[in-house]
Amino acid sequence: MNARLALGVAVLALGSCARTGPHNTGVYLLVDTSGSYNLQARKAEQISLYALSRLQSADSIAVARINTGSFTEKDIIAKATLDDRPSTANQQKRAFAITLAKFVDETVPAPYTDITGGLLQAVEFLKEKNTSRKEILILSDMKEELAKGYVRDIPLDFKGFDVVALNVTKLRSDNFDPRLYLSRLDAWREKVEKGGGHWRVINDLDHLDGLL
Amino acid sequence: MAMTNLLTITPWPMLSVAVLLVLLITALYFARDTARQVIHAAAGALARGLRVASHAVTRAQERLAARNRAVLLAAGREAKERVVEREFARVGDTVRKDLAGYPDMRRRLSESILRIEEDQEKAVEVPPEAPGWAQAIKIIAELKGRNANADILEDIHRSTVKAHEEAMADYRKASGQRHALLRQMMPDWRLIQETLERVNKTVESVLARALALDRHMEEYEAIVRGEDRAVSVLSSSSIVYFFVSALVLAVATAGTAVNFTLIARPMAEMVGGTNFIGGYRTADIAALVIIMVEISMGLFLMESLRITRLFPVIGALSDKMRVRMIGTTFAVLLMMASVEAGLAYMREVLLQDELATSSLLRGDNAASIVNPHLWITTAAQMGMGFVLPFALVFVAIPLETFVHSLRTVVGLAGIAVLQTLALILRLLGNGCRHLGTLTQRLYDLPLFVPLWIESRRLAHEALARSRLAVAATPWKEAQS
Repeated sequence: MNARLALGVAVLALGSCARTGPHNTGVYLLVDTSGSYNLQARKAEQISLYALSRLQSADSIAVARINTGSFTEKDIIAKATLDDRPSTANQQKRAFAITLAKFVDETVPAPYTDITGGLLQAVEFLKEKNTSRKEILILSDMKEELAKGYVRDIPLDFKGFDVVALNVTKLRSDNFDPRLYLSRLDAWREKVEKGGGHWRVINDLDHLDGLL
Repeated sequence: MAMTNLLTITPWPMLSVAVLLVLLITALYFARDTARQVIHAAAGALARGLRVASHAVTRAQERLAARNRAVLLAAGREAKERVVEREFARVGDTVRKDLAGYPDMRRRLSESILRIEEDQEKAVEVPPEAPGWAQAIKIIAELKGRNANADILEDIHRSTVKAHEEAMADYRKASGQRHALLRQMMPDWRLIQETLERVNKTVESVLARALALDRHMEEYEAIVRGEDRAVSVLSSSSIVYFFVSALVLAVATAGTAVNFTLIARPMAEMVGGTNFIGGYRTADIAALVIIMVEISMGLFLMESLRITRLFPVIGALSDKMRVRMIGTTFAVLLMMASVEAGLAYMREVLLQDELATSSLLRGDNAASIVNPHLWITTAAQMGMGFVLPFALVFVAIPLETFVHSLRTVVGLAGIAVLQTLALILRLLGNGCRHLGTLTQRLYDLPLFVPLWIESRRLAHEALARSRLAVAATPWKEAQS
């Protein structure tokens, strides 16, 4: 009886000490493969590898392309949840890097740019992984071009999400009228913040130190 | 607002102030006696309370000092008993060792002496003397040519010479035998000399230990008598032991930290790197638990060996049980040390794996080149992983000293704190009394005008009374 009581107390004590919520990180990288952006696949690889090097055991990562219709698992190029054991996590990282390299070599340009669909997919993926920190990285010019029939005018839930636009290049039209570029970024900022998320833009890829 | 109202009691504010001041001073003057009593009573009560508190603290300090003294003497007595016990054990060992060898030594000495006696007896046997015929032979030889019986004499001469030579040979042989016997005595003499030197050394060692024992016994008796000098010596020794043991424990803590660093990373491979207990990684806690278990095993080992005496239960175990416990704890320690060596090796492997992955992710091929001298660090880590658990065993010794000296040091610190507190309370009590007097004086300060008038009036009344008394004296005298 006493032993059972002691065991119960010990379990309760340990249970009360244990952390209840998760404390891992989830990263979802969206890569724009439309038009000229397809040429920047190397940059996408560089960012992915950087993110990979910063992740620890139990963290999750996925790299997906922004395609004509991006709200699908088919556009996920590689995904992984790093194992509890550091050695296995290292193996997973290496395998992930190889998959990415393969994608960079074989990628083909997409005719349309469904950024919202990609974001929806990212939100779904990271929510499913239930990570404490959720980062969505977008390597794109942030100009959405939807194919006919795709409905993307829907509210997005970004509560607890950090959305980071990386290397947002200026289009030829932006050079004529910079307001287009600024209004485009503002529109995305508004969309993300309206959904409860946090918006950031990092254009200098040589200084990714504050990214993760 | 209220102040403004008060200033409007007359049309002129200054007049209002003057009126108010006069009223206030008048009120203070009439309440003076009561106010002085209140101040006196309050200050007195506070001073008395603080004095009582000071006495109580002093008594507590005396009790603590007495207890600390008792603890110190008890600890000193116990330590001295251990020292004396150890000295007796050493003397006992020495005597036992020599007494155990005594019959053998006596036998060897007797045999040596016997052999020497026998050899000496043999050596004193008189050797055959050379016959005194030499002269006779010479005479016979000279007669050779002159005598007719020359042949006879020649024969006699020859036989005599022959007999002489034989006698000389016998003599030389006997002398040789005597020398040989004397030579045989040498090892025996040396043996006797060595044995006696050994006995001398043992006796000197026993005498030296006896002197040390005398000194320890004198100190022990001083402690038993509770002499102030002994308490003072024990107190200062205790403080020294406290700081020295604290220093060694700090070094041991650093060793523990190194040990922890060696095994924390590979522990993540065993228990996972993402589980947390109370905000701490389970792998870190597991590594710490391993180190703590090693230290505990070290404590038990030291207790079983009777080097430390932190757990009386272990010290009171039978010798057979203690030996078993020594074996068990040592085996566990050996196992843990081996595990740690393995984990240290695993750490290096993981580190290299991580470096290789990082260099791959950075696209840095130069970093993946393997260092040919890497085995040195790997071996060093494994060696440290194996040795540190055994090194941590010796933490038990400073820990015991620290625990024992801590009682005394804390007691001494407590005495110092209580002494200071008593002094502060006494000072505060005296300060309260003086503060009461000062407050009374300050109270009288604004009342200097009415007080001056009062003193003048009293002086005038006294003068009038004295004058009245002087005037009444002749009339009384006349009456009488």
